[in-house]
Amino acid sequence: MKRLTAACAASLLATTAFAQPDPTDWDSVLEEARGQTVYWNAWGGSTTTNDFIAWVGDRVAEEHGVTLKHVKLTDTADAVARVLAEQQAGTNEGGAIDIIWINGENFASMKRQDLLFGPFAEDLPNWQYVDTEGKTVQTDFTIPTEGYESPWAMAQVVFMYDTADIDAPLPSMNAILEWSKSHPGRFTYPQPPDFLGATFLKQALLDLVEDPAPLMEPATPETFAKVSAPVWDFLEELTPNLWRKGETYPQSGPQQIQLLNDDEIDLAISFSPGEASTAISNFELPDTVRTFVLDKGTLGNASYLAIPYNANAAAGAMVVANFILSPEAQAHGLDPLNLGYGTVLDMDKLSDDQKAAFDAIDLGIATLTPAELGTALPEPHPSWMEMLETEWTARYGVQ
Amino acid sequence: MTPSLTLVPRLTLAALVLPVGAGLWGVIAPLLGLVQITGADPTEAIDALLAWPGLGPSALLSVTTGVSATLLALSLVVLILSQLHGRPALAWLRRLLSPLLSVPHAAAAFGLAFLIAPSGWVTRVFSPWSTGWDQPPDLLILNDPWGLTLTLGLAIKEAPFLLLMSLAALGQTRADQSILIARALGHSASGAWLKTVFPAIYAQIRLPVYVVLAYSMTAVDVALILGPTRPSTLSVQILRWMSDPDLAYRLQGAAGALVQLALVVGVMALWRAAEQAVATLGKAWITGGSRSSGLDRLRPLARVLGGLSSLGVLLGLAGLVIWSFAGQWRYPDVLPDQMTLRSWQRFAPQLTDPLMETALIALASTGIALILCIGSLEAETRHNLRPTGRAMALLYLPLLIPQIAFLPGLQVLLLQSGLTSGRWVVVLSHLVFVLPYVFLSLSDPWRAWDRRYGTVASALGSSPDGVLFRVRLPMLLAPLLTAAAIGCAVSVGQYLPTLLAGGGRVATITTEAVALSSGGNRRAIGVYAVAQTLAALIPFAIALGLPRLVHRNRRALIPETR
Repeated sequence: MKRLTAACAASLLATTAFAQPDPTDWDSVLEEARGQTVYWNAWGGSTTTNDFIAWVGDRVAEEHGVTLKHVKLTDTADAVARVLAEQQAGTNEGGAIDIIWINGENFASMKRQDLLFGPFAEDLPNWQYVDTEGKTVQTDFTIPTEGYESPWAMAQVVFMYDTADIDAPLPSMNAILEWSKSHPGRFTYPQPPDFLGATFLKQALLDLVEDPAPLMEPATPETFAKVSAPVWDFLEELTPNLWRKGETYPQSGPQQIQLLNDDEIDLAISFSPGEASTAISNFELPDTVRTFVLDKGTLGNASYLAIPYNANAAAGAMVVANFILSPEAQAHGLDPLNLGYGTVLDMDKLSDDQKAAFDAIDLGIATLTPAELGTALPEPHPSWMEMLETEWTARYGVQ
Repeated sequence: MTPSLTLVPRLTLAALVLPVGAGLWGVIAPLLGLVQITGADPTEAIDALLAWPGLGPSALLSVTTGVSATLLALSLVVLILSQLHGRPALAWLRRLLSPLLSVPHAAAAFGLAFLIAPSGWVTRVFSPWSTGWDQPPDLLILNDPWGLTLTLGLAIKEAPFLLLMSLAALGQTRADQSILIARALGHSASGAWLKTVFPAIYAQIRLPVYVVLAYSMTAVDVALILGPTRPSTLSVQILRWMSDPDLAYRLQGAAGALVQLALVVGVMALWRAAEQAVATLGKAWITGGSRSSGLDRLRPLARVLGGLSSLGVLLGLAGLVIWSFAGQWRYPDVLPDQMTLRSWQRFAPQLTDPLMETALIALASTGIALILCIGSLEAETRHNLRPTGRAMALLYLPLLIPQIAFLPGLQVLLLQSGLTSGRWVVVLSHLVFVLPYVFLSLSDPWRAWDRRYGTVASALGSSPDGVLFRVRLPMLLAPLLTAAAIGCAVSVGQYLPTLLAGGGRVATITTEAVALSSGGNRRAIGVYAVAQTLAALIPFAIALGLPRLVHRNRRALIPETR
């Protein structure tokens, strides 16, 4: 009987929820959010991210009475597929997913198909702290976000290397190639279409092309063939010198870290400047590991949170997104003991107290300073990543 | 009397057949254009599947790894039973069965990977002092393109299951008498077993062998960890397509699922043909009169292989347990620099919710399965029904049809019909896999129960229900609990049904463990593997312990010590 009443109440709520929560009226959002359960779909393969999400859950429960559940995905695309399937089935409200950790291809795909709730991001109260000038937080892989996703972490490509085996940072992709030739079997990258593997291909593309301008436009078969040619020449030389001669590849970033720790490889790519320090503090890497960036700069982007158009708890989801933009959550995430992700906030917009929390963080022995990281290179248009993945699979994906 | 009881067997079959049939329909209908999925065209999807360069190699891999793993597991079991029949070594292996079966597939695969990797435990023991390897050698052992490691991993995890089934079948043959006679005629011990016992046993374990074949050809989690990557096996690729954001890939995945189904059915047909060929050759061998005196020399081999394959699983698990307590631990250290509780402090709080969910689902699906099985068996008793061969084959249906072939279709249908997924849908989907195992485990002890107890009780005025509840069920407490334990273990291990029917929202210990394994953090995997193994082992411990407690003054009702 209790369940029946609950079901009736839920269906009543669902019909009244037709009036979608309005982020400009934040008080009513908070009121609606109280008591809601928010299902956050995010990749579950990284234990540090899982811990961070659990911490966010504890904090929003305390502050706003929102219950956060982490749905652990093996691939973010699963969540997109789920929303699509719900749209197919006409589940236009009460969907299974309330908030997704997303960027790039998946965002482009959801935005194109009108699967997103919003715009909401720039109406969140904590948006006032976001660094809209200095950081790429309003375009995602060249696609304007238009408030349909809220940034929560900055990422930039760095290379992790074991100083016990490599003396000095390698300044370019060609230097990595030369080093690999003299140290065969000691370098590899995750197998595309894994996200980090595809990132390695993009980084190679950005480092090897003469003129990056065409990369900001959608790729056509002609421009792709012409512009990406140096990448394939590079891989042709690199592959025989890879770990296992390129016969097999690690399947994910964390697996690559395990290989570095097992001393099977000496060099690995990462999309998080603080990841190495975090791994060292968790005993997952030796304390001889350091990081470097390439002389021409490395790729950077933001991770975002988006809310599906049919989310069951859009108000609760916005409360979560807003909390993650708070100085408290951003400082917690920046600390390599917790997560080691870059902040999306502008330090100049914070009060002295808030800033002090950031200054107090020890970035860790393997993390580069913002000055050393330099300015991140922008992501190419998503079509480049798709075509790189397809071409890689055709050339190397099948023996 | 209760006419409704006769409906229970039908209800049971419906619970098995309907989901499988609906799932297959959900795969086939969109491909035939009977159900529209916007943005996906059936012809294009099939063309895209055929154009994928990896189709041939990955289909071939499914066949080669699946068939060799099954052959290997079966040969190992036959070798062990024929060489070690009635010997202490077999009793030892028998004691190892429950733990071996309780180790989840993914954990076993991870443990094995850590044992045999070039930077793994075995190399570390001998390095660098005897091998000279200051750095791990760049050898392709894991994820080899021929799927040899995958085959090995599948074989050592499936052999215990076949051994269990064979031992159960052995109880129903007059093995000792047959061997005695054959020995008196001058046959060697193992020759006698092969000639007189094996044919009878194989007839009984044929369906379990097919289950192993279907599983090995389509396993996803083990293939993800140990299998080839360029390309992977077909089942792994199907799962990737099924989870692509682009809906067109779903149809491509559905088409792939049909190819996978055809492969499994085709291979089973070939296996059946091979069975007949072996039977003909075997008969000639048996009637040929040779005493096969040299065969017994294989006995040390049986001991070594039986021991090694058990060690492969148990040492691997031990490795993961150590990882869960490890501080810094690098190659070539055999043990960690320091031990710490940090991983447990970090991950244990996250274990409680999934463990509760796992227990709830396992108890619910096992409970329903027990009620259906008892109802069916009681209907059989009261109305003198005997299950036909066809009904028995249906019982195996969910185990023979690869999960990857029908579960995605079930997900599509659930969504199309607007049914919300959630815990109870997961319970029903688990029931499909729990039910066969519970029935198979319970039916023999049920039928073996001496009906004269019932006659006596009736003569004393007990109603049929009274006989059931006050005599038969209490007397069968031990087999009932064993069946329940097996049901719980099966439920705990389900990954794809939980993921697909639960819409990703139902987090059990197994879905969490597999999601984590995509990250490859050995410490976290160690913690979850221990939790998963315990979740499967505890019901077995209860099944062993409780009858001893309840029947402490009725010794004949306590199952003999194994």
